[in-house]
Amino acid sequence: MDFALNDQQQDIVRAIESVCAPFDDAYWLERDREGGFPEAFVQAVADGGWLGIAMPESVGGAGLGITEAALMMHTIAKSGGGFSAASAVHMNIFGLKPIMVHGTEEQQQRMLVPVLKGEERACFAVTEPDAGLNTTALQTRADRTNDGYVINGKKVWTSTAQIADKMLILVRTTPREECERPADGMSLFYTKLDRDRVDVREIEKMGRKAVDSNEMFIDNLEVPYEDLIGEEGKGFKYIFDGFNPERILIAAECIGLGQLALSKAANYAGERVVFDRPIGQNQAIQHPLAQDWMALESAFLLVMKAAWLYDTGQSCAAEANAAKYMAAEAAYKACQNAVMTHGGFGYAKEFHVERYLRESLIGRIAPISAQLIQNFIAERVLGLPKSY
Amino acid sequence: MKILVPVKRVIDYNVKARVKADNTGIDLANVKMSMNPFDEIAVEEALQKKESGEAEEVIAVSIGPSQCQETLRTALAMGADRAILIEEDSDVEPLVVAKLLKAVVDEEQPGLVILGKQAIDDDSNQTGQMLAALLGWPQGTFASEVKLAGDKVEVTREVDGGLETVALNLPAIVTTDLRLNEPRYATLPNIMKAKKKPLDTKTVGDYGVDVTPRLTTLYVAEPAKREAGIIVESVEELVQKLKDEAGVI
Ligand SMILES: Cc1cc2nc3c(=O)[nH]c(=O)nc-3n(C[C@H](O)[C@H](O)[C@H](O)COP(=O)(O)OP(=O)(O)OC[C@H]3O[C@@H](n4cnc5c(N)ncnc54)[C@H](O)[C@@H]3O)c2cc1C
Repeated sequence: MDFALNDQQQDIVRAIESVCAPFDDAYWLERDREGGFPEAFVQAVADGGWLGIAMPESVGGAGLGITEAALMMHTIAKSGGGFSAASAVHMNIFGLKPIMVHGTEEQQQRMLVPVLKGEERACFAVTEPDAGLNTTALQTRADRTNDGYVINGKKVWTSTAQIADKMLILVRTTPREECERPADGMSLFYTKLDRDRVDVREIEKMGRKAVDSNEMFIDNLEVPYEDLIGEEGKGFKYIFDGFNPERILIAAECIGLGQLALSKAANYAGERVVFDRPIGQNQAIQHPLAQDWMALESAFLLVMKAAWLYDTGQSCAAEANAAKYMAAEAAYKACQNAVMTHGGFGYAKEFHVERYLRESLIGRIAPISAQLIQNFIAERVLGLPKSY
Repeated sequence: MKILVPVKRVIDYNVKARVKADNTGIDLANVKMSMNPFDEIAVEEALQKKESGEAEEVIAVSIGPSQCQETLRTALAMGADRAILIEEDSDVEPLVVAKLLKAVVDEEQPGLVILGKQAIDDDSNQTGQMLAALLGWPQGTFASEVKLAGDKVEVTREVDGGLETVALNLPAIVTTDLRLNEPRYATLPNIMKAKKKPLDTKTVGDYGVDVTPRLTTLYVAEPAKREAGIIVESVEELVQKLKDEAGVI
């Protein structure tokens, strides 16, 4: 067993730290106040070739694994950017995995290269208002036409749809009633987000103002055959394959955010003097921070283990889900404790930690909620009866 | 022409240095270490000379513990062609570094050595000058511009009160100042390429240089904390405080 990062992984972390360094606390505070996509930051990441970290070498990517991608996303979140930074690039790192695995050579060149170069941006449209976590109940449909398909329906929460050029979208191509299993009959398309046919409305939300999330109303969006990924009817399976790596990445981002909050809290605790002593000299202040450190470190080990399982081709569903759960909970607690450690100042935007707290809830809700992960572990790992 | 660029691994410029409890030095345990920022500028300058066709090869060299490999890999990922690590665990003083660099120069025969003007850890500002003296080469220190012209190099120096331009015969020593250029970041494709670039490891013994320190550090302390200012009510009070408390008038 070897817990050390290899040379290349260390180099990646160091290089990403340098890319993130110019985007300081003031930059992210401003992005959160004003809104507006962090273009300059994403451009810097794209310029360094980082969006290709997990893409195949045949399209100019580095062909590295989820371990490296997770280290990168962890470092980005920890740099000060939290989810404002991580979500701005997240979808482009591993979200297009179905195209890397199931896309034709022609599709890979056409779809991945512009994303890798930062010339095009992609969003991921799965969640629907009337389906929720029960993805197979989604209702957006694609009907066959002479030269392709036409899509109609509603999506919700689609992040970065305000600035995306393309979307990876999961839709029904065969009604659920006509399928043997509910997971059949869905198809995956990667296609142009044509704003004449898709009405994209931003959702006002609690945090991460810089990275938009949206409702999308899709009205007769025409999609050519060439934009269908893999086989018709197998779309759910394709995105299902991407669920575990996605959870690993989100988990790594949560850890980064939690550690960021913890470092702010520890610094403040060491410097703030009340009753003639640093507040951090009191165990009531120290201990919660020590607990956060322990929780974040152990969750990070689970994240790295899940990544290793995935990269070595082993099954990792239990570990990936557990890592996401543990990381999100640890990050949320760390952010909460960071606010409490700062006292009144923790509630002031200028001290950043309240922003982290607002962002930390994202990791608990998306892409899968804490409850559903516990259902999964109870049912699939412990062999208990399905509860729903 | 080859360009040799010595790079030093130092405490990261963003890290707040803490003095060890026994006042013998700076606590470096679990502290982020990076390439000396002036050396990044030196690497960048050498790479620009290579990209413009004025140099053929850029060689990075570092002296220190095995972790200096990280610093060298950063130089390789920025674009240097190969790297040499002279492994030495003890603290090396500028004169020792200059002697070791001279030995490397004798072996590699570069046309130009570009160093940082100083390292941000000990701020010695000596190695470049000592190396020039040991080699008997001309030196252009605190460079804000470096132009190669035939068998000469023109160096614009940042001196007190202005800029001074000197022309040096090659081979020469240049040390970099902050405004010379803006160093590039290591990109992912270059990190991948750097894996295949050679990194030779040597020991001090290979060069026959005595590393015994000539200086002893007696005591290291934090700078005195700055006290908060006060606001006085009147000119009289100010004058009185300057007289009685500050003792300056
Ligand atoms: C900031 C943000 C960004 C997002 N970005 C994207 C995106 O880019 N693309 C995309 O497709 N989606 C995105 N999402 C959507 C996200 O994946 C969903 O919100 C998430 O999957 C939860 O679905 P839901 O909101 O419909 O919750 P619901 O399914 O309505 O669930 C509501 C609550 O009920 C609980 N619950 C439901 N069923 C059970 C059960 N059987 N047992 C126990 N508890 C249960 C859930 O755990 C949850 O607490 C984003 C969400 C957020 C908040």
